[in-house]
Amino acid sequence: MRLLRSLPNWLTILISFLMLLAGWQLLVMIGGYPSFILPSPANVAQQIVVVVADGRLLRHSLITISEIIPGLLIGFFVALPLGYLLAKSPLAERLISPYLIASQAIPIIAVAPLLTIWIASTYWSRVLVAALVVFFPVLINIIAGLRSVPPELYELMHALKATPGQIFRKLEFPAALPIILAGLKVGATLSVIGALVGEFVQPKSQGLGFLLVTARYQFKTDLVFVILLTLAAIALSLYGLVALVERRVLRWQT
Amino acid sequence: MNETPFLAADHIHYAYPDGDGRSVLADVSLSIAQGAFVALVGPSGVGKSTLLRILGGLLPPGGGQLWHNGRPEQAHDEPVGIVFQRDNLMPWRTVYENVVLPLELQGINGRSAAERVSQMLDLVGLAGEADAYPAQLSGGMAQRVALARALVHKPLLLLLDEPFGALDALTRERMGQELLRIWQANPVTVFMVTHSISEAVFLADEVLVMGRASGEAATITHRFPIRLPRPRRFEMQRTAVFQDEVTAVREAISV
Ligand SMILES: Nc1ncnc2c1ncn2[C@@H]1O[C@H](COP(=O)(O)OP(=O)(O)OP(=O)(O)O)[C@@H](O)[C@H]1O
Ligand SMILES: [Mg+2]
Repeated sequence: MRLLRSLPNWLTILISFLMLLAGWQLLVMIGGYPSFILPSPANVAQQIVVVVADGRLLRHSLITISEIIPGLLIGFFVALPLGYLLAKSPLAERLISPYLIASQAIPIIAVAPLLTIWIASTYWSRVLVAALVVFFPVLINIIAGLRSVPPELYELMHALKATPGQIFRKLEFPAALPIILAGLKVGATLSVIGALVGEFVQPKSQGLGFLLVTARYQFKTDLVFVILLTLAAIALSLYGLVALVERRVLRWQT
Repeated sequence: MNETPFLAADHIHYAYPDGDGRSVLADVSLSIAQGAFVALVGPSGVGKSTLLRILGGLLPPGGGQLWHNGRPEQAHDEPVGIVFQRDNLMPWRTVYENVVLPLELQGINGRSAAERVSQMLDLVGLAGEADAYPAQLSGGMAQRVALARALVHKPLLLLLDEPFGALDALTRERMGQELLRIWQANPVTVFMVTHSISEAVFLADEVLVMGRASGEAATITHRFPIRLPRPRRFEMQRTAVFQDEVTAVREAISV
Protein backbone atom coordinates (compact mmCIF):
# COMPACT_ATOMS: atom_id res chain seq x y z
CA MET A 1 0.00 0.00 0.00
CA ARG A 2 2.72 2.40 1.02
CA LEU A 3 4.64 1.56 -2.14
CA LEU A 4 1.57 2.34 -4.27
CA ARG A 5 1.08 5.69 -2.56
CA SER A 6 4.68 6.73 -3.15
CA LEU A 7 4.41 6.22 -6.94
CA PRO A 8 3.76 9.14 -9.28
CA ASN A 9 0.14 9.80 -10.17
CA TRP A 10 0.32 8.69 -13.81
CA LEU A 11 1.95 5.41 -12.82
CA THR A 12 -0.81 4.51 -10.35
CA ILE A 13 -3.39 5.27 -13.05
CA LEU A 14 -1.49 3.08 -15.50
CA ILE A 15 -1.27 0.24 -12.97
CA SER A 16 -4.97 0.36 -12.16
CA PHE A 17 -5.75 0.43 -15.90
CA LEU A 18 -3.59 -2.64 -16.57
CA MET A 19 -5.23 -4.44 -13.66
CA LEU A 20 -8.64 -3.65 -15.12
CA LEU A 21 -7.56 -5.05 -18.50
CA ALA A 22 -6.17 -8.19 -16.87
CA GLY A 23 -9.39 -8.76 -14.91
CA TRP A 24 -11.42 -8.27 -18.06
CA GLN A 25 -9.30 -10.74 -20.05
CA LEU A 26 -9.53 -13.24 -17.19
CA LEU A 27 -13.32 -12.91 -17.10
CA VAL A 28 -13.57 -13.65 -20.84
CA MET A 29 -11.21 -16.64 -20.57
CA ILE A 30 -12.89 -18.20 -17.52
CA GLY A 31 -16.44 -17.48 -18.69
CA GLY A 32 -15.70 -18.51 -22.26
CA TYR A 33 -18.05 -15.83 -23.63
CA PRO A 34 -18.38 -15.47 -27.38
CA SER A 35 -17.09 -12.20 -28.79
CA PHE A 36 -20.55 -10.76 -29.57
CA ILE A 37 -21.48 -10.97 -25.85
CA LEU A 38 -18.24 -9.90 -24.23
CA PRO A 39 -15.25 -9.27 -26.49
CA SER A 40 -11.80 -9.65 -24.96
CA PRO A 41 -9.41 -6.70 -24.66
CA ALA A 42 -7.47 -8.24 -27.52
CA ASN A 43 -10.58 -8.26 -29.74
CA VAL A 44 -11.26 -4.64 -28.88
CA ALA A 45 -7.65 -3.68 -29.55
CA GLN A 46 -7.82 -5.36 -32.96
CA GLN A 47 -11.03 -3.51 -33.71
CA ILE A 48 -9.40 -0.22 -32.70
CA VAL A 49 -6.63 -0.87 -35.21
CA VAL A 50 -9.20 -1.63 -37.93
CA VAL A 51 -11.37 1.47 -37.41
CA VAL A 52 -8.39 3.75 -36.97
CA ALA A 53 -6.77 2.38 -40.13
CA ASP A 54 -9.84 2.78 -42.35
CA GLY A 55 -10.44 6.29 -40.93
CA ARG A 56 -13.96 5.55 -39.69
CA LEU A 57 -13.27 6.25 -36.01
CA LEU A 58 -11.70 9.63 -36.69
CA ARG A 59 -14.42 10.68 -39.16
CA HIS A 60 -17.32 9.83 -36.87
CA SER A 61 -15.55 11.19 -33.79
CA LEU A 62 -14.92 14.53 -35.47
CA ILE A 63 -18.58 14.77 -36.42
CA THR A 64 -19.70 14.05 -32.85
CA ILE A 65 -17.14 16.47 -31.42
CA SER A 66 -18.36 19.12 -33.86
CA GLU A 67 -21.79 18.69 -32.24
CA ILE A 68 -20.53 18.58 -28.65
CA ILE A 69 -18.45 21.77 -28.66
CA PRO A 70 -21.10 24.13 -30.08
CA GLY A 71 -23.71 22.43 -27.88
CA LEU A 72 -21.62 23.09 -24.80
CA LEU A 73 -20.89 26.69 -25.81
CA ILE A 74 -24.48 27.50 -26.75
CA GLY A 75 -25.83 25.92 -23.54
CA PHE A 76 -23.29 27.87 -21.50
CA PHE A 77 -23.70 31.25 -23.16
CA VAL A 78 -27.50 31.10 -23.08
CA ALA A 79 -27.45 30.10 -19.41
CA LEU A 80 -25.07 32.96 -18.51
CA PRO A 81 -27.34 35.98 -19.14
CA LEU A 82 -30.48 34.11 -18.08
CA GLY A 83 -28.79 33.05 -14.84
CA TYR A 84 -27.75 36.65 -14.23
CA LEU A 85 -31.31 37.84 -14.79
CA LEU A 86 -32.79 35.17 -12.50
CA ALA A 87 -30.23 35.85 -9.77
CA LYS A 88 -30.84 39.60 -9.96
CA SER A 89 -34.57 39.88 -10.45
CA PRO A 90 -36.91 38.18 -7.98
CA LEU A 91 -39.79 38.91 -10.39
CA ALA A 92 -38.08 37.16 -13.29
CA GLU A 93 -37.28 34.24 -11.04
CA ARG A 94 -40.90 33.92 -9.92
CA LEU A 95 -42.09 34.10 -13.53
CA ILE A 96 -39.59 31.78 -15.18
CA SER A 97 -38.19 29.30 -12.68
CA PRO A 98 -41.33 27.10 -12.27
CA TYR A 99 -41.18 26.30 -15.98
CA LEU A 100 -37.45 25.68 -15.88
CA ILE A 101 -37.79 23.26 -13.00
CA ALA A 102 -40.79 21.51 -14.56
CA SER A 103 -38.87 21.14 -17.82
CA GLN A 104 -36.23 19.17 -15.95
CA ALA A 105 -38.77 16.49 -15.03
CA ILE A 106 -39.07 15.60 -18.73
CA PRO A 107 -36.25 13.29 -19.84
CA ILE A 108 -34.21 14.62 -22.74
CA ILE A 109 -34.68 11.37 -24.63
CA ALA A 110 -38.41 12.24 -24.79
CA VAL A 111 -37.83 15.83 -25.96
CA ALA A 112 -35.17 15.03 -28.54
CA PRO A 113 -37.57 13.47 -31.15
CA LEU A 114 -39.67 16.63 -31.01
CA LEU A 115 -36.64 18.71 -31.83
CA THR A 116 -35.92 16.59 -34.89
CA ILE A 117 -39.46 17.33 -36.08
CA TRP A 118 -39.12 21.06 -35.52
CA ILE A 119 -35.60 21.49 -36.80
CA ALA A 120 -34.95 20.38 -40.34
CA SER A 121 -31.16 20.31 -40.05
CA THR A 122 -29.87 17.03 -38.63
CA TYR A 123 -26.74 18.74 -37.40
CA TRP A 124 -28.45 21.59 -35.56
CA SER A 125 -31.07 19.37 -33.96
CA ARG A 126 -28.23 17.31 -32.46
CA VAL A 127 -26.37 20.44 -31.31
CA LEU A 128 -29.55 21.70 -29.72
CA VAL A 129 -30.08 18.49 -27.75
CA ALA A 130 -26.52 18.80 -26.42
CA ALA A 131 -27.11 22.48 -25.56
CA LEU A 132 -30.34 21.64 -23.72
CA VAL A 133 -28.64 19.03 -21.55
CA VAL A 134 -25.81 21.43 -20.70
CA PHE A 135 -28.06 24.40 -20.06
CA PHE A 136 -29.74 23.55 -16.77
CA PRO A 137 -26.86 22.51 -14.49
CA VAL A 138 -24.85 25.48 -15.75
CA LEU A 139 -27.79 27.81 -15.10
CA ILE A 140 -28.22 26.52 -11.54
CA ASN A 141 -24.53 27.05 -10.85
CA ILE A 142 -24.51 30.56 -12.29
CA ILE A 143 -27.40 31.54 -10.03
CA ALA A 144 -25.75 29.91 -7.01
CA GLY A 145 -22.46 31.63 -7.87
CA LEU A 146 -24.00 35.09 -8.11
CA ARG A 147 -25.96 34.54 -4.89
CA SER A 148 -22.74 33.61 -3.09
CA VAL A 149 -21.28 37.12 -3.39
CA PRO A 150 -20.96 38.50 0.18
CA PRO A 151 -23.27 41.52 0.74
CA GLU A 152 -20.33 43.35 2.33
CA LEU A 153 -18.53 43.40 -1.00
CA TYR A 154 -21.59 44.84 -2.75
CA GLU A 155 -21.71 47.60 -0.13
CA LEU A 156 -17.99 48.19 -0.60
CA MET A 157 -18.50 48.66 -4.34
CA HIS A 158 -21.40 51.04 -3.71
CA ALA A 159 -19.38 53.02 -1.16
CA LEU A 160 -16.67 53.34 -3.81
CA LYS A 161 -19.22 54.56 -6.37
CA ALA A 162 -18.61 51.66 -8.74
CA THR A 163 -20.74 51.56 -11.89
CA PRO A 164 -22.96 48.50 -12.59
CA GLY A 165 -20.47 47.41 -15.24
CA GLN A 166 -17.60 47.64 -12.78
CA ILE A 167 -19.60 45.70 -10.18
CA PHE A 168 -20.13 42.92 -12.72
CA ARG A 169 -16.56 42.80 -13.99
CA LYS A 170 -14.69 43.29 -10.75
CA LEU A 171 -17.02 41.66 -8.22
CA GLU A 172 -19.81 39.43 -9.48
CA PHE A 173 -18.00 37.65 -12.28
CA PRO A 174 -14.80 36.76 -10.37
CA ALA A 175 -16.78 35.90 -7.22
CA ALA A 176 -19.10 33.54 -9.11
CA LEU A 177 -16.37 32.06 -11.33
CA PRO A 178 -15.44 29.04 -9.16
CA ILE A 179 -19.04 27.85 -9.02
CA ILE A 180 -19.62 28.66 -12.71
CA LEU A 181 -16.57 26.60 -13.69
CA ALA A 182 -17.77 23.72 -11.52
CA GLY A 183 -21.04 23.88 -13.50
CA LEU A 184 -19.11 23.94 -16.77
CA LYS A 185 -17.26 20.77 -15.76
CA VAL A 186 -20.56 18.98 -15.20
CA GLY A 187 -21.83 20.48 -18.46
CA ALA A 188 -18.77 19.23 -20.35
CA THR A 189 -19.53 15.58 -19.58
CA LEU A 190 -23.25 16.07 -20.11
CA SER A 191 -22.68 17.61 -23.53
CA VAL A 192 -21.27 14.27 -24.72
CA ILE A 193 -24.42 12.49 -23.55
CA GLY A 194 -26.54 15.19 -25.18
CA ALA A 195 -24.86 14.88 -28.56
CA LEU A 196 -25.19 11.10 -28.40
CA VAL A 197 -28.90 11.27 -27.55
CA GLY A 198 -29.28 13.66 -30.48
CA GLU A 199 -27.61 11.13 -32.76
CA PHE A 200 -29.73 8.25 -31.44
CA VAL A 201 -32.96 9.97 -32.43
CA GLN A 202 -31.45 11.21 -35.69
CA PRO A 203 -29.11 8.35 -36.74
CA LYS A 204 -28.36 9.55 -40.24
CA SER A 205 -25.17 7.92 -41.54
CA GLN A 206 -22.71 9.87 -39.37
CA GLY A 207 -21.42 10.36 -35.85
CA LEU A 208 -20.39 8.00 -33.08
CA GLY A 209 -24.04 7.51 -32.13
CA PHE A 210 -24.84 6.33 -35.65
CA LEU A 211 -21.82 4.02 -35.59
CA LEU A 212 -22.96 2.66 -32.23
CA VAL A 213 -26.47 1.91 -33.47
CA THR A 214 -25.21 0.09 -36.60
CA ALA A 215 -22.54 -1.82 -34.65
CA ARG A 216 -25.20 -3.03 -32.23
CA TYR A 217 -27.48 -4.22 -35.07
CA GLN A 218 -24.61 -6.14 -36.60
CA PHE A 219 -23.66 -7.68 -33.22
CA LYS A 220 -20.23 -6.12 -33.55
CA THR A 221 -19.88 -5.83 -29.80
CA ASP A 222 -16.16 -5.17 -30.01
CA LEU A 223 -16.91 -2.08 -32.11
CA VAL A 224 -19.50 -0.98 -29.52
CA PHE A 225 -16.73 -1.17 -26.92
CA VAL A 226 -14.40 0.90 -29.06
CA ILE A 227 -17.07 3.59 -29.41
CA LEU A 228 -17.80 3.62 -25.67
CA LEU A 229 -14.10 4.03 -24.95
CA THR A 230 -13.89 6.86 -27.48
CA LEU A 231 -16.85 8.65 -25.90
CA ALA A 232 -15.29 8.29 -22.46
CA ALA A 233 -12.03 9.68 -23.81
CA ILE A 234 -13.82 12.68 -25.34
CA ALA A 235 -15.69 13.39 -22.07
CA LEU A 236 -12.48 13.06 -20.06
CA SER A 237 -10.59 15.40 -22.37
CA LEU A 238 -13.29 18.05 -22.18
CA TYR A 239 -13.44 17.72 -18.40
CA GLY A 240 -9.68 17.94 -18.20
CA LEU A 241 -9.67 21.03 -20.38
CA VAL A 242 -12.10 22.85 -18.10
CA ALA A 243 -10.17 21.63 -15.04
CA LEU A 244 -7.01 23.05 -16.60
CA VAL A 245 -8.64 26.43 -17.15
CA GLU A 246 -9.94 26.25 -13.60
CA ARG A 247 -6.52 25.61 -12.16
CA ARG A 248 -5.09 28.57 -14.03
CA VAL A 249 -7.74 31.15 -13.16
CA LEU A 250 -8.42 30.00 -9.59
CA ARG A 251 -4.84 30.00 -8.41
CA TRP A 252 -5.87 32.07 -5.39
CA GLN A 253 -7.75 29.11 -3.90
CA THR A 254 -5.17 27.57 -1.62
CA MET B 1 -19.19 75.07 17.36
CA ASN B 2 -20.75 77.54 14.94
CA GLU B 3 -18.86 76.35 11.90
CA THR B 4 -20.70 74.17 9.39
CA PRO B 5 -20.43 70.48 10.33
CA PHE B 6 -18.79 68.08 7.88
CA LEU B 7 -21.73 65.72 8.10
CA ALA B 8 -25.05 66.23 9.86
CA ALA B 9 -28.21 64.19 10.19
CA ASP B 10 -31.52 65.90 10.86
CA HIS B 11 -34.45 63.87 12.25
CA ILE B 12 -33.57 60.75 10.28
CA HIS B 13 -36.12 57.94 10.15
CA TYR B 14 -35.65 54.51 8.72
CA ALA B 15 -37.68 51.33 8.19
CA TYR B 16 -36.40 48.39 6.11
CA PRO B 17 -38.60 47.74 3.05
CA ASP B 18 -38.99 44.08 4.07
CA GLY B 19 -39.27 44.81 7.78
CA ASP B 20 -43.09 44.67 8.12
CA GLY B 21 -43.29 48.45 8.41
CA ARG B 22 -41.40 48.38 11.71
CA SER B 23 -39.26 51.49 12.18
CA VAL B 24 -35.62 50.81 13.04
CA LEU B 25 -34.54 54.43 13.47
CA ALA B 26 -36.66 57.38 14.54
CA ASP B 27 -35.67 60.99 14.87
CA VAL B 28 -31.91 60.50 14.75
CA SER B 29 -29.99 63.77 14.73
CA LEU B 30 -26.25 64.21 14.98
CA SER B 31 -23.47 66.34 13.66
CA ILE B 32 -19.86 65.45 12.98
CA ALA B 33 -17.09 68.03 12.66
CA GLN B 34 -14.49 67.84 9.92
CA GLY B 35 -11.66 65.55 10.98
CA ALA B 36 -13.43 64.27 14.10
CA PHE B 37 -13.41 60.71 15.40
CA VAL B 38 -16.90 59.69 16.48
CA ALA B 39 -17.78 56.31 17.99
CA LEU B 40 -21.25 54.79 18.20
CA VAL B 41 -22.15 52.17 20.82
CA GLY B 42 -25.40 50.49 21.75
CA PRO B 43 -27.04 47.12 22.28
CA SER B 44 -26.96 44.50 19.55
CA GLY B 45 -29.66 44.84 16.90
CA VAL B 46 -30.55 48.41 17.88
CA GLY B 47 -29.73 49.95 14.49
CA LYS B 48 -26.07 51.00 14.60
CA SER B 49 -25.12 49.45 11.27
CA THR B 50 -28.27 50.86 9.72
CA LEU B 51 -27.29 54.38 10.77
CA LEU B 52 -23.73 53.86 9.51
CA ARG B 53 -25.09 52.80 6.10
CA ILE B 54 -27.34 55.85 5.93
CA LEU B 55 -24.46 58.17 6.81
CA GLY B 56 -22.37 56.47 4.14
CA GLY B 57 -25.05 56.95 1.48
CA LEU B 58 -25.55 53.17 1.16
CA LEU B 59 -29.17 53.38 2.30
CA PRO B 60 -31.47 56.30 1.52
CA PRO B 61 -33.04 57.64 4.72
CA GLY B 62 -36.79 57.07 4.97
CA GLY B 63 -37.32 60.55 6.34
CA GLY B 64 -35.29 63.54 7.51
CA GLN B 65 -32.30 65.16 5.89
CA LEU B 66 -28.57 64.63 5.62
CA TRP B 67 -26.25 67.60 5.26
CA HIS B 68 -22.82 67.46 3.69
CA ASN B 69 -20.82 70.60 4.50
CA GLY B 70 -24.07 72.48 4.82
CA ARG B 71 -25.50 71.19 1.55
CA PRO B 72 -28.73 69.17 1.76
CA GLU B 73 -27.77 65.96 -0.06
CA GLN B 74 -28.74 62.42 0.85
CA ALA B 75 -25.65 60.77 -0.64
CA HIS B 76 -21.96 61.54 -0.92
CA ASP B 77 -20.75 62.57 -4.31
CA GLU B 78 -17.30 61.17 -3.50
CA PRO B 79 -16.34 57.61 -2.64
CA VAL B 80 -16.11 56.93 1.10
CA GLY B 81 -13.83 54.48 2.89
CA ILE B 82 -15.49 51.52 4.58
CA VAL B 83 -14.38 48.56 6.71
CA PHE B 84 -16.69 45.84 8.00
CA GLN B 85 -16.27 43.22 10.68
CA ARG B 86 -15.51 40.48 8.14
CA ASP B 87 -15.63 39.49 4.45
CA ASN B 88 -13.90 42.73 3.51
CA LEU B 89 -11.41 41.42 1.01
CA MET B 90 -11.83 39.87 -2.41
CA PRO B 91 -10.25 36.43 -2.00
CA TRP B 92 -9.29 36.23 -5.70
CA ARG B 93 -7.17 39.39 -5.46
CA THR B 94 -3.76 39.70 -3.84
CA VAL B 95 -3.20 42.17 -1.02
CA TYR B 96 -1.89 44.68 -3.56
CA GLU B 97 -4.83 44.15 -5.91
CA ASN B 98 -7.29 44.53 -3.05
CA VAL B 99 -5.80 47.80 -1.89
CA VAL B 100 -5.58 49.26 -5.39
CA LEU B 101 -9.28 48.59 -6.09
CA PRO B 102 -10.65 52.06 -5.18
CA LEU B 103 -8.06 53.70 -7.46
CA GLU B 104 -8.81 51.23 -10.24
CA LEU B 105 -12.52 52.10 -10.03
CA GLN B 106 -11.61 55.77 -10.45
CA GLY B 107 -9.47 54.98 -13.47
CA ILE B 108 -6.20 55.71 -11.68
CA ASN B 109 -3.56 53.23 -12.84
CA GLY B 110 0.14 52.91 -13.35
CA ARG B 111 2.96 54.36 -11.32
CA SER B 112 0.96 56.83 -9.23
CA ALA B 113 -1.45 54.09 -8.14
CA ALA B 114 1.39 51.69 -7.33
CA GLU B 115 3.16 54.34 -5.28
CA ARG B 116 0.05 55.21 -3.33
CA VAL B 117 -0.65 51.52 -2.59
CA SER B 118 2.85 50.82 -1.33
CA GLN B 119 2.63 53.95 0.80
CA MET B 120 -0.59 52.61 2.37
CA LEU B 121 0.87 49.13 2.85
CA ASP B 122 3.85 50.72 4.61
CA LEU B 123 1.44 52.65 6.84
CA VAL B 124 -0.31 49.47 7.99
CA GLY B 125 2.95 47.52 8.20
CA LEU B 126 2.24 45.05 5.42
CA ALA B 127 4.77 46.10 2.80
CA GLY B 128 6.11 42.54 2.60
CA GLU B 129 2.72 40.94 1.97
CA ALA B 130 1.74 42.69 -1.26
CA ASP B 131 1.60 39.46 -3.27
CA ALA B 132 -0.14 37.32 -0.64
CA TYR B 133 -3.74 36.21 -1.08
CA PRO B 134 -6.27 36.94 1.71
CA ALA B 135 -6.50 33.22 2.56
CA GLN B 136 -2.87 33.42 3.65
CA LEU B 137 -3.42 36.31 6.10
CA SER B 138 -4.33 36.32 9.79
CA GLY B 139 -7.50 38.11 10.87
CA GLY B 140 -5.59 41.14 12.07
CA MET B 141 -3.57 41.38 8.86
CA ALA B 142 -6.74 41.14 6.77
CA GLN B 143 -8.32 44.01 8.69
CA ARG B 144 -5.20 46.11 8.20
CA VAL B 145 -5.41 45.46 4.46
CA ALA B 146 -9.05 46.54 4.56
CA LEU B 147 -7.99 49.70 6.40
CA ALA B 148 -5.32 50.43 3.81
CA ARG B 149 -7.86 49.97 1.02
CA ALA B 150 -10.38 52.22 2.83
CA LEU B 151 -7.87 55.08 2.85
CA VAL B 152 -5.96 54.59 -0.40
CA HIS B 153 -8.18 56.98 -2.38
CA LYS B 154 -7.96 59.68 0.33
CA PRO B 155 -11.65 59.67 1.27
CA LEU B 156 -13.00 62.44 3.48
CA LEU B 157 -15.13 60.00 5.47
CA LEU B 158 -14.06 56.64 6.92
CA LEU B 159 -16.84 54.31 8.10
CA LEU B 160 -15.89 51.45 10.41
CA ASP B 161 -18.49 48.86 11.41
CA GLU B 162 -16.99 46.84 14.26
CA PRO B 163 -13.74 46.56 12.34
CA PHE B 164 -11.93 44.77 15.16
CA GLY B 165 -14.89 42.71 16.34
CA ALA B 166 -13.50 39.41 15.11
CA LEU B 167 -10.02 39.88 16.59
CA ASP B 168 -8.55 38.70 19.87
CA ALA B 169 -8.23 41.23 22.69
CA LEU B 170 -4.49 41.85 22.28
CA THR B 171 -4.57 42.32 18.51
CA ARG B 172 -7.62 44.48 18.93
CA GLU B 173 -5.82 46.85 21.30
CA ARG B 174 -2.86 47.14 18.97
CA MET B 175 -5.15 47.78 15.99
CA GLY B 176 -6.87 50.57 17.90
CA GLN B 177 -3.51 52.26 18.45
CA GLU B 178 -2.63 51.85 14.79
CA LEU B 179 -5.96 53.28 13.75
CA LEU B 180 -5.28 56.39 15.82
CA ARG B 181 -1.86 56.77 14.25
CA ILE B 182 -3.30 56.39 10.74
CA TRP B 183 -6.13 58.80 11.47
CA GLN B 184 -3.63 61.38 12.67
CA ALA B 185 -1.58 60.94 9.51
CA ASN B 186 -4.63 61.39 7.23
CA PRO B 187 -7.12 64.25 7.15
CA VAL B 188 -10.12 61.98 7.44
CA THR B 189 -13.32 62.03 9.50
CA VAL B 190 -14.03 58.71 11.24
CA PHE B 191 -17.39 57.25 12.20
CA MET B 192 -16.94 53.96 14.02
CA VAL B 193 -19.44 51.43 15.36
CA THR B 194 -18.05 49.27 18.14
CA HIS B 195 -19.21 46.93 20.88
CA SER B 196 -16.33 47.81 23.15
CA ILE B 197 -17.04 50.77 25.39
CA SER B 198 -13.42 51.18 26.47
CA GLU B 199 -12.31 51.10 22.83
CA ALA B 200 -14.86 53.81 21.99
CA VAL B 201 -13.76 56.03 24.86
CA PHE B 202 -10.07 55.50 24.18
CA LEU B 203 -10.26 56.27 20.45
CA ALA B 204 -13.00 58.83 19.97
CA ASP B 205 -13.52 62.56 20.44
CA GLU B 206 -17.17 61.85 21.03
CA VAL B 207 -19.08 58.69 21.94
CA LEU B 208 -22.71 58.42 20.85
CA VAL B 209 -25.04 55.98 22.57
CA MET B 210 -27.92 54.52 20.64
CA GLY B 211 -30.95 53.07 22.39
CA ARG B 212 -34.69 52.70 22.23
CA ALA B 213 -35.84 55.60 24.36
CA SER B 214 -39.52 55.15 23.65
CA GLY B 215 -41.28 52.29 21.92
CA GLU B 216 -39.71 50.29 19.14
CA ALA B 217 -37.48 52.55 17.07
CA ALA B 218 -34.00 53.60 18.16
CA THR B 219 -32.40 57.00 18.39
CA ILE B 220 -29.27 58.62 19.81
CA THR B 221 -29.99 58.78 23.54
CA HIS B 222 -26.70 60.20 24.87
CA ARG B 223 -23.55 61.87 23.62
CA PHE B 224 -20.33 62.03 25.57
CA PRO B 225 -17.49 64.37 24.54
CA ILE B 226 -14.35 62.58 25.72
CA ARG B 227 -12.12 64.80 27.82
CA LEU B 228 -8.86 62.93 27.24
CA PRO B 229 -6.03 64.84 25.59
CA ARG B 230 -4.46 63.82 22.30
CA PRO B 231 -2.34 62.02 21.40
CA ARG B 232 -3.94 59.21 23.33
CA ARG B 233 -1.56 56.89 25.09
CA PHE B 234 -2.27 53.46 26.44
CA GLU B 235 -1.50 54.50 30.03
CA MET B 236 -4.43 56.92 29.95
CA GLN B 237 -6.73 53.93 30.35
CA ARG B 238 -5.70 53.82 34.02
CA THR B 239 -6.65 57.44 34.74
CA ALA B 240 -9.75 58.38 36.69
CA VAL B 241 -11.00 60.50 33.79
CA PHE B 242 -10.97 57.48 31.48
CA GLN B 243 -12.66 55.26 34.06
CA ASP B 244 -15.34 57.88 34.69
CA GLU B 245 -16.12 58.21 30.98
CA VAL B 246 -16.37 54.44 30.58
CA THR B 247 -18.69 54.17 33.56
CA ALA B 248 -20.88 56.97 32.29
CA VAL B 249 -21.22 55.38 28.84
CA ARG B 250 -21.91 51.96 30.31
CA GLU B 251 -24.68 53.33 32.50
CA ALA B 252 -26.18 55.17 29.56
CA ILE B 253 -26.39 51.92 27.60
CA SER B 254 -27.90 49.83 30.35
CA VAL B 255 -30.63 52.37 31.09
N1 LIG C 1 -31.66 44.05 5.44
C1 LIG C 1 -32.52 44.11 6.46
N2 LIG C 1 -33.84 43.89 6.25
C2 LIG C 1 -34.72 43.94 7.26
N3 LIG C 1 -34.40 44.20 8.53
C3 LIG C 1 -33.11 44.44 8.82
C4 LIG C 1 -32.09 44.40 7.79
N4 LIG C 1 -30.89 44.64 8.35
C5 LIG C 1 -31.14 44.84 9.67
N5 LIG C 1 -32.46 44.73 9.95
C6 LIG C 1 -33.09 44.90 11.27
O1 LIG C 1 -32.84 46.22 11.69
C7 LIG C 1 -32.52 46.26 13.08
C8 LIG C 1 -31.20 46.98 13.27
O2 LIG C 1 -30.17 46.25 12.62
P1 LIG C 1 -28.66 46.74 12.63
O3 LIG C 1 -27.89 45.77 11.84
O4 LIG C 1 -28.61 48.16 12.21
O5 LIG C 1 -28.31 46.60 14.17
P2 LIG C 1 -26.89 46.80 14.89
O6 LIG C 1 -27.10 47.79 15.98
O7 LIG C 1 -25.82 47.08 13.91
O8 LIG C 1 -26.67 45.36 15.53
P3 LIG C 1 -25.30 44.60 15.82
O9 LIG C 1 -24.64 45.31 16.95
O10 LIG C 1 -25.73 43.23 16.21
O11 LIG C 1 -24.50 44.64 14.56
C9 LIG C 1 -32.50 44.81 13.56
O12 LIG C 1 -33.69 44.57 14.27
C10 LIG C 1 -32.47 44.00 12.31
O13 LIG C 1 -33.23 42.85 12.48
MG1 LIG D 1 -24.17 45.95 13.13
